[in-house]
Amino acid sequence: MITSVGAADAAFDPGAAAARVTERILRDTMSGAHRGVVVDSPPGAGKSTLVVRAALELADAGRPLMVVAQTNAQVDDLVLRLHEKRPDLPVGRLHSSDADAFDRALEGLDNVLLSDKAPALAGLPVVISTAAKWGHVKPSDAHWEQAIVDEAYQMRSDALLTVAGLFDRALFVGDPGQLDPFSVVGAEQWAGLSYDPSASAVTTLLAHNPGLPQHRLPVSWRLPASAAPLVSDAFYPYTPFRAGTGSDDRRLSFGVPSDGSGPDRVIDEAAVSGWGLLELPPRLTPRTDPEAVRAVAAVVRRLLDRGGAAVSERSPDPVPLTADRVAVGTAHRDQAAAVRAALAELGVRDVVVDTANRLQGREYDVTVVLHPLSGRPDATAFHLETGRLCVLASRHRHACIVVCRAGVADLLDDHPSTEPVRLGVTVKFPDGWEANHAVLSHLSEHRVPHRP
Amino acid sequence: MSLITTLARLEAIRAGRAQPAATVRHRHLSERPLVLVPLTTAGEAGAPLGALVGRDRDAPRLLVVPQPRDRDLRSVFLAELADIVLPYLESFADDVELVEGKEADPETGRQVTVERELCADAPQLIVPSRAGVDLVRLLGRSTRFRRTAEQDPETAYPAPPRVPLLGRWFTHFGERSRVPGASLLLAMTDLLSRHWATGQSSLEDQHLGALLAWIDPPGADGPTGAEAALRAELGRDAEGQLLCPPAGPATDPAFDNRLLAPAIERYDRARSALAAAEDGVAADALLANLSAAEREIGELVRSRTLPTWESVWRGLDLLRELPEAAHVPDRWKGDRWSFTAHRDRVASGEPPQPRIDDAVTAAQKLARREKEQAKLDAQEALDDPLVLAARRLGGEAFVGEVVDVTMTYTESKRPSPRPLITVRTEDRPHLGEKAKVHRSLDGKPQTAQFVGAEEEDGGEDPGGGPLLVVLRIVDRMGRGREPALGSVPEKGDRVCFTLFEHEPRGGPKLPDPENTPWTHGGPPTDPSPLPAADPVTEEDLL
Repeated sequence: MITSVGAADAAFDPGAAAARVTERILRDTMSGAHRGVVVDSPPGAGKSTLVVRAALELADAGRPLMVVAQTNAQVDDLVLRLHEKRPDLPVGRLHSSDADAFDRALEGLDNVLLSDKAPALAGLPVVISTAAKWGHVKPSDAHWEQAIVDEAYQMRSDALLTVAGLFDRALFVGDPGQLDPFSVVGAEQWAGLSYDPSASAVTTLLAHNPGLPQHRLPVSWRLPASAAPLVSDAFYPYTPFRAGTGSDDRRLSFGVPSDGSGPDRVIDEAAVSGWGLLELPPRLTPRTDPEAVRAVAAVVRRLLDRGGAAVSERSPDPVPLTADRVAVGTAHRDQAAAVRAALAELGVRDVVVDTANRLQGREYDVTVVLHPLSGRPDATAFHLETGRLCVLASRHRHACIVVCRAGVADLLDDHPSTEPVRLGVTVKFPDGWEANHAVLSHLSEHRVPHRP
Repeated sequence: MSLITTLARLEAIRAGRAQPAATVRHRHLSERPLVLVPLTTAGEAGAPLGALVGRDRDAPRLLVVPQPRDRDLRSVFLAELADIVLPYLESFADDVELVEGKEADPETGRQVTVERELCADAPQLIVPSRAGVDLVRLLGRSTRFRRTAEQDPETAYPAPPRVPLLGRWFTHFGERSRVPGASLLLAMTDLLSRHWATGQSSLEDQHLGALLAWIDPPGADGPTGAEAALRAELGRDAEGQLLCPPAGPATDPAFDNRLLAPAIERYDRARSALAAAEDGVAADALLANLSAAEREIGELVRSRTLPTWESVWRGLDLLRELPEAAHVPDRWKGDRWSFTAHRDRVASGEPPQPRIDDAVTAAQKLARREKEQAKLDAQEALDDPLVLAARRLGGEAFVGEVVDVTMTYTESKRPSPRPLITVRTEDRPHLGEKAKVHRSLDGKPQTAQFVGAEEEDGGEDPGGGPLLVVLRIVDRMGRGREPALGSVPEKGDRVCFTLFEHEPRGGPKLPDPENTPWTHGGPPTDPSPLPAADPVTEEDLL
């Protein structure tokens, strides 16, 4: 079930390896021999493609299907993908009764039915909604033989509890390396219980059903050859994956030469190596460090101004690096707001700036990241969380530029993880401390000092 | 920590005393709380050494366990504690008001109106610190399953009659204290650090003496808060004893080693001597020895708990000087319901709370607490301009003046009002596209939708000038074509909008425990099996 991916394996055919795993997943899902099938998917490994494919096969087999996603955006995206792939397949989009509950692009599509009542959609081959909306459907009103739960590692155990009564068996798909679900109140009293409501849905599922088949998608199609080994080693040390493309398949170049400034030099470094670290002088700062925020904005401005062009396996011609192909990632919402304001001052409007939580599942050509530990006096569990750094470091197809104050390595050494070890809780590897060090030591090879 | 808290802490350092973190009191304080200052013995989890407890500031009851390892003496302590705590709790049980509510009729399933009892007031237990709350929980856990001789004549070590009941109440108080904003069981350090920002870390704030030293330094010419706090934390007398004994329940090792251990030793010797007494005359003298040894331990316990007892009451004085926040009675009503519900469970003979929550109960509790947390955060901001300031600074709220109101209507057969208002604000709210914002209108939330924002012209400082925010009000304007009187702000009005909801909705309904799905292990078995004890290893018998 685990595909071995040795680095020295020159004859490795990523397409074939991924296809083999996909076949096995579909076989286990279609056989109906197990109540659940779990699929771990590293960043950009074709999770959505798998979900669409499984949905179509189940629909073809005449097995009505409910799909549980976590956000409305994910649901709308899935509906559109399904519709694109099979315009004649009737798809139900169950939505909440709020205004703007779904993407207006769904209106008027043939064979896409919209309703806020589950019974009105029952009987369709596929019905898709969020976990929150499914939770309001009564098991006595509607029932499905089969379900697909998307982003299952980001779903909380208590959310699964509210929907699990609606289906008999399910395919659970998700990325174990991303941010764990969280709770704004303490949930320590249930730590170690198999059904800890604040744990992830998959943790609870596997604790109660240890025999379920588990698969892992072995290839990241998103991450370039420069990023997959680092992300795999730092965040998935025991379940490695590799890039679907070779180091020659992706190229990033800029028409306007460097002006010698820090932002330009770090852009050039990242264009060549896939990584860049723009290092500001050490300093303790408030969360919305004005200098770091301005540096992030300057890098984005120059990325857009320098006539970037990306070459990839998707098309033979270079694709211009436009604002919609660039994103900025931060740890906190106020940091994102500060970056947005700084970008607006430089006249940049269409670049996505968001927190790690909201960037999950998204993909860009180049990302600019404000390091979660930059300028901090301490390293709290929040800032050390493995998934946060993993999300920020794995959104890009070409290059990732990190902006950070110097001294984070010392900060890490001063703050070893101090979270209490709780009985019965599976310890996650690697811990954020180790993953942070791994990423930092790799980034330091692509360091450009910058004095604002 | 928000920027404004950081600022307050820095100001506290500069001023040498704590700075207000709130302008009103955000927790309910009972007029007759029960204060409990417990101490435990080092080396054994939850072994009580003694306590000061009572409702009368001038007359605390001292309870002492002269030999904490003696289970019989511990039982006596718990029985005495039950005799103080339970009558206090029960004194609130009978004064009820009748409240109308809706309930599903068990036969027809239809919603019917029922009258329910709600206790007019509820008890309130105050302990010095968070560790005290943990001890209350621990005592609850260790006593609620005990069996009394009446319940089970065969039981080898019967508990005193009312101790299991005390355990059930302590468990209830302990669980309730995990609900954000609940006030049945409060830690004084939490109460004080909610309302004042000191110049020390939040970890240091858990030392009641140091915290009070910052909030209420000894006098105008005396030491600063920092100096007084340091003295409270570390100052020792000539014998090496702390000048300000820790608020417990753990005691200072120097006290344990130099004072308590020898006293317990003397007590043990006096007890063995009495047991070995050969005749009545000798026994009388030995009994006197034993009483003296016991009294000595009692005095030691009193000397370590009395300063904390005074501190807790001093804290209550300080908190009572703050006016109560507007939403506090509303949240206290939740506490009264909680107390009433548990009173009913006890009265109807239900078994004690289970050892661990089942999957559904755990999810229910978590959902309830998350909702209460959101509600508490919103209510505190609405009640208190200082708390709101932190949210404004964080971009989660804004205050400003209405500079324009334009009426628009929906394009339906029966047009409804959708007035556009322009608010001029100095704040920098993080408004996303079509973001919803809320304001309080006669205590009820009114919602508006964000339409657009631009900087006011003529600002000399780009990016820092006032912002003109355009909002579309969407509800609470009545049913007619024209908005109800007073439901739309007028030009010149000062308004406050928040990006967070005021009355957050609860999540979806959870299944009944007997319908727990396969993903969560199916319905719970009754009773839940106890985990097998760990095998005894060589290390267990050092």
